[in-house]
Amino acid sequence: MFSLERWQEIFETIGKNKLRTFLTGVSVASGIFILVILLGIGEGMQNGVEVQFQRDAENKVSITGGITSMGYGGLNPGRNIQLVLDDFYTAVQNSDFEIEFQSPLYRVWSGLASYGNESGSYRLEGVYADYQFLEKASIIEGRYINPIDQELGTKNVVIGNRVKKDLFKDKSPIGEFITVSGVKFKVVGVFTDPGGERSETRIFMPLKTSQRIFGNGEDIRSISFTLPKVADYDLALFQSQEFVNKIERQLRSKYNISPLDNSALYISNNIENTKEIYTILNTMKLFFWGVGIATLFAGIIGVSNIMLIIVKERTKEIGIRKALGAVPMSIVGMVLHESIFVTAISGMFGLILGLLLLESVGPFIDTEFIVNPEVNFNVAVSTVIILIIAGAIAGFFPAWRGAKIKPIDALRDE
Amino acid sequence: MIEIKNLHKSYKVGKNSLHVLKGINFSVKEGELVSIMGSSGSGKSTLLNILGMLDEADEGSYTLDGVPIKNLNEKLAAQYRNKFLGFIFQSFNLINYKTALDNVALPLYYQGLPRGERMERAMSYLEKVGLADWSTHLPNELSGGQKQRVAIARALASHPKVLLADELTGALDTKTSYEIMDLVQQINDEGKTILVVTHEEDIAQMTKRIVNLKDGVIIDDKKIEPIRASAHV
Repeated sequence: MFSLERWQEIFETIGKNKLRTFLTGVSVASGIFILVILLGIGEGMQNGVEVQFQRDAENKVSITGGITSMGYGGLNPGRNIQLVLDDFYTAVQNSDFEIEFQSPLYRVWSGLASYGNESGSYRLEGVYADYQFLEKASIIEGRYINPIDQELGTKNVVIGNRVKKDLFKDKSPIGEFITVSGVKFKVVGVFTDPGGERSETRIFMPLKTSQRIFGNGEDIRSISFTLPKVADYDLALFQSQEFVNKIERQLRSKYNISPLDNSALYISNNIENTKEIYTILNTMKLFFWGVGIATLFAGIIGVSNIMLIIVKERTKEIGIRKALGAVPMSIVGMVLHESIFVTAISGMFGLILGLLLLESVGPFIDTEFIVNPEVNFNVAVSTVIILIIAGAIAGFFPAWRGAKIKPIDALRDE
Repeated sequence: MIEIKNLHKSYKVGKNSLHVLKGINFSVKEGELVSIMGSSGSGKSTLLNILGMLDEADEGSYTLDGVPIKNLNEKLAAQYRNKFLGFIFQSFNLINYKTALDNVALPLYYQGLPRGERMERAMSYLEKVGLADWSTHLPNELSGGQKQRVAIARALASHPKVLLADELTGALDTKTSYEIMDLVQQINDEGKTILVVTHEEDIAQMTKRIVNLKDGVIIDDKKIEPIRASAHV
């Protein structure tokens, strides 16, 4: 089957029919190329969505005070609901569930920070040590706020990577003092946050410190928690909703909020959002698989079509070969061998071209929705193999039909 | 060499059956140069196709070089064609993307000869038909007479027992036809058995025996003294 003689014959035929070979090759290569690009973009979009939605811990729940929109219990609408630290402790004490991470938050929307000649305006947030994990922040240098900082109310801060770049350039900020709204703070750490640059323009300090310097008594902006992760999504959702509902009921009764008022308390439950993410990701996955399979299918049909045309075009040649003593199997072998060879080479060519494009252009794609487009190499290679096999099977029937041509019919003068 | 007895063949044309060969009895000995004549529709091409194993008879027996040709499957028919027969067609039937040399070498490929030997033998037959200088040309760069010479070289290359020629001068002018017939006569002089189907009287006169076919039966079978084509070239 794979004798040197056959190869010589194939190369000769391919060499003498450059256009036909070229067109077959282009159709196969472009099919694979498009498939690779599509899969790459699909993967990139998935990565993009994941980054977009997973800025914070995926099981984080948080409650923020808002403004009442309707009167209740003799009180007017438009009331500002100001949470206090006690609300946090009440929520923790009354919880029916074990809590994984917990932290209140006090926020100053904008504070002027300076170091030497550099200065900038950043968000200041007073938190507990657990907040790092609620935000999924990771430490690049130094450390995060710790319980001792909170206990003593130290003037230690952790700054975002962006803040560090603005104020310190390439210098290490650990141990240096920055001035924030006229008060000196010691930098103990630098963090990076998957939420991106905006999340890194923040300065964290112990809650106690922020309340003391910038705050108003025990006022806090929000409280955040995570429950330990549960493998079952529905159970996790149920637990988090039960947990939040209980806190919400307490707060509503404490602050005299109408049960129907939706704007007095902002409740965000990331697990609920996670469901949306997973739905979106699954839908996208399904979509790209659908498109991929359709492309592959179109490729297979294209290859079989070309095979059919090739056999048709070669009818006379096949007749001559048979008259000269070619047995039917050698005709089938010749057509298949040639087509598999051409499909394989051009398929690999399309694959490599697609991968090269993804590799070279991918890192430069600067949009939040496509991140790191890449293709699982095994998936791509198996796609090519499937295309070759399917092309060979699809090509077999035209080849077989070609072999069945009676030489007398093929040779009849046209 | 060739022995056929009571050969029948009919074709289905729509609902009707067309009886083309109605009991042909005919034999050819080694070294003969026979022409089969007849007007169109006489069945001469059908007879040649059956002799060439390109078509099968409905009835009757056919023996080629002592081998009964019967109930052949495609594979066996192909092998027999390759081993026993050389074809020459009216429309030459060269493969148009192969050079003259490669065309001549093609039947040898199917005999399983190594490439070097194929090319050597193909070249020697191109020399024999006087086209050694044209070996690297493609068929569309050759004249009709040259194409037919390449076809003859190809038919000879596989060392067949019998050459079958179907209207081999049909697409050629008279002068070229005689040149081709001269070549055919030379090959016959070397002992090759040759069957020529033609409807041209002058071509038939250049063979050693004329078989006349009409309406599917042989009406006349006579040996003649052939006119040498070389005299007219």
